[in-house]
Amino acid sequence: MKGLISLGAWFFDWLEAIGRAGIFLFQSLFRLPVRWGEAVNLLVRQLYSVGVLSLVIIIVSGTFIGMVLSLQGYSILAKFGSEDSVGQLLALSLLRELGPVVTALLFAGRAGSSLTAEIGLMKATEQLSSYEMMGVDPLRRVIAPRFIAGVICLPLLSMVFSAAGIIGGVLVSVGWLGVSDGSFWSLMQQSVYFDTDILNGLIKALVFAVAITWISVYQGYECVPTSEGIGKATTRTVVLGSLAVLALDFVLTAAMFGDF
Amino acid sequence: MRSKRAELLVGCFIVLGLAAFVYLAVQVSGLGFSSQKDTYQIVARFDDIGGLSERAKVTIAGVTVGSVDSISYDKDLYMAKVTMNIESDVKNIPDDSSIAILTSGLLGEKYLGISIGAEDRMLQNGDEIHDTQSALVLENLISQFLFNKTSGSDK
Amino acid sequence: MLDVYIKVQNLSFSRGDRVIYEDVSLTIPRGKITAVMGPSGTGKTTLLRLIAAQLSPDGGEIQVDGQNVHTLSRSALYKVREKIGMLFQSGALFSDMTVFENVAFPLEEHTTLNANEIKKIVLEKLHSVGLRGAAALKPSELSGGMARRVALARAIALDPELVMFDEPFTGQDPISKGVLVELIRKLNAADAITSVLVSHDVEESLSIADHVCILAGGRVIAEGTPDQIRRSENAQVKQFLHGEPDGPVPFHYPEDLGLEQGGVSQ
Ligand SMILES: Nc1ncnc2c1ncn2[C@@H]1O[C@H](COP(=O)(O)OP(=O)(O)OP(=O)(O)O)[C@@H](O)[C@H]1O
Ligand SMILES: [Mg+2]
Repeated sequence: MKGLISLGAWFFDWLEAIGRAGIFLFQSLFRLPVRWGEAVNLLVRQLYSVGVLSLVIIIVSGTFIGMVLSLQGYSILAKFGSEDSVGQLLALSLLRELGPVVTALLFAGRAGSSLTAEIGLMKATEQLSSYEMMGVDPLRRVIAPRFIAGVICLPLLSMVFSAAGIIGGVLVSVGWLGVSDGSFWSLMQQSVYFDTDILNGLIKALVFAVAITWISVYQGYECVPTSEGIGKATTRTVVLGSLAVLALDFVLTAAMFGDF
Repeated sequence: MRSKRAELLVGCFIVLGLAAFVYLAVQVSGLGFSSQKDTYQIVARFDDIGGLSERAKVTIAGVTVGSVDSISYDKDLYMAKVTMNIESDVKNIPDDSSIAILTSGLLGEKYLGISIGAEDRMLQNGDEIHDTQSALVLENLISQFLFNKTSGSDK
Repeated sequence: MLDVYIKVQNLSFSRGDRVIYEDVSLTIPRGKITAVMGPSGTGKTTLLRLIAAQLSPDGGEIQVDGQNVHTLSRSALYKVREKIGMLFQSGALFSDMTVFENVAFPLEEHTTLNANEIKKIVLEKLHSVGLRGAAALKPSELSGGMARRVALARAIALDPELVMFDEPFTGQDPISKGVLVELIRKLNAADAITSVLVSHDVEESLSIADHVCILAGGRVIAEGTPDQIRRSENAQVKQFLHGEPDGPVPFHYPEDLGLEQGGVSQ
């Protein structure tokens, strides 16, 4: 009985937290900027730190994952004499799953954690209060550009990741393992569909982007403003962000590709 | 100044992301702007399409001349109805040509192969190829093979 | 009677179980410097945050210039805050901007001045705190005392009606302290700004304030002119002014009895 009550209490706390996070997101996005030039400037700065600075890790990981996939795929497919299909395997796994998911996980670790820490530190050093005191809404000024930048960057990064993976895969399978150039591409093009594969992958990346960035900025904004509190919030961002990505990925995959 | 540089890099980043998207669309999914060539449609009905999928290629003499547009079930004839787009420059397919579902390799993709007939009349948009040969379904082949073996040893 | 700018009436506020204010009333006169003093941790910073409506009281009301700040709509409150400058205890400079941009920020946000006019004002304000040369530095490159002076320049950038200084003198050498005292005094003389000065520095505060409030233990223990405070016979006030460790003012943070009992029972 006691357990049931505490479970109920936990559930209500959880619902309340979700509600608070939802209101928080709503308020940051629907308070329009007063000075648009300034707002664009802030957004560019965030695109730089969220997107441009994540580019190297995304390209490098994408290339290596593409190379490894080709090696593994080749050695398995060769047993059935259909090593030409390695392009198909590579493209489908990158576009549907690995591109969006791995990019999102890297993004949670690289950009999400730094968003949380940055906002948490702004809170701890009273910079957020300071904006409020000056009659400037910190949600609009600090949170909104970071959120929007995250939502723009992750889908783009996921495209870059997949493209880097394909290029890495071509290098290994065509350049090194000797798969024929023509059948590599033609089998790939035959089995990859623009709408079901590329667009669905893009939709996944977009959903992950909203989830991770939302978690990151909210954790930063609501953290206990001490060094310990910021540390914990950062960890929570990475853990919750990654779990959210994996859970959402299952739901989205079932919805998109489930009707075989 | 510093923010100018950031703007430039952000610009590069966005262009790179979009370029990656276009690359994936064109090179990987084969969504070509050039593939929007003029086509005409022909139809064929099969007893069993055995894993043929939409967008599978249609070949003549091994050369791709078109692709499968749609596959549906014809419930009056209990057959699969396959509609395909054929490139307009290949306008000279005789009326009595036959079409077969082929497999590339043992386990590879299914595709369609047209064998040219002898008639003077050519297929037009919306026409049907009547001489069709269904997919070879591996299980059927194997059971046929086993059946022949046993019945052969009986004699 | 004095022209009242801020009126605090029957204010109650608590943090969790800890009561910080209970039924406190005080007034802050318009155009004067009011010093708020009290032992560390009594809630001076909290009082400033209540006045700026960053915190909401549990009971009572606070009127700033005749408006009850806690019942205003968000946009009306933000309008009121544009008239308020606040120097945070920690400085709270925006770490992603230079010193210049920090001071320019309120001007860019709330005025329609062009870049040249803003530059002129910013450099003038930085000059008045002796940091004109530091305009291009980042907050991380400043010392604690310098950061606080920049924050002061930022707080007065908009020429506010009300400036609240949370311990501006801490971490300043005698010269900069003298400069700051002079600056605060000058601000008041020229523009009839209302200032609220939170400070532990008894002598400094009594010398520039027109009005003094001493807080301790969640209530106002004395309010009046510096002379009245100096002549006060109240034991608590005397103890505070002379910095005696023993007396009626509690120096120790109230101890949590639960903790001790827990310790005993184990
Ligand atoms: N965020 C908070 N959560 C819980 N309690 C708090 C919080 N902030 C302050 N307090 C408590 O409120 C009390 C008053 O704090 P406040 O910062 O107003 O003190 P102060 O008078 O400004 O002290 P000091 O002179 O040291 O700056 C303190 O005892 C502190 O324990
Ligand atoms: Mg304080």
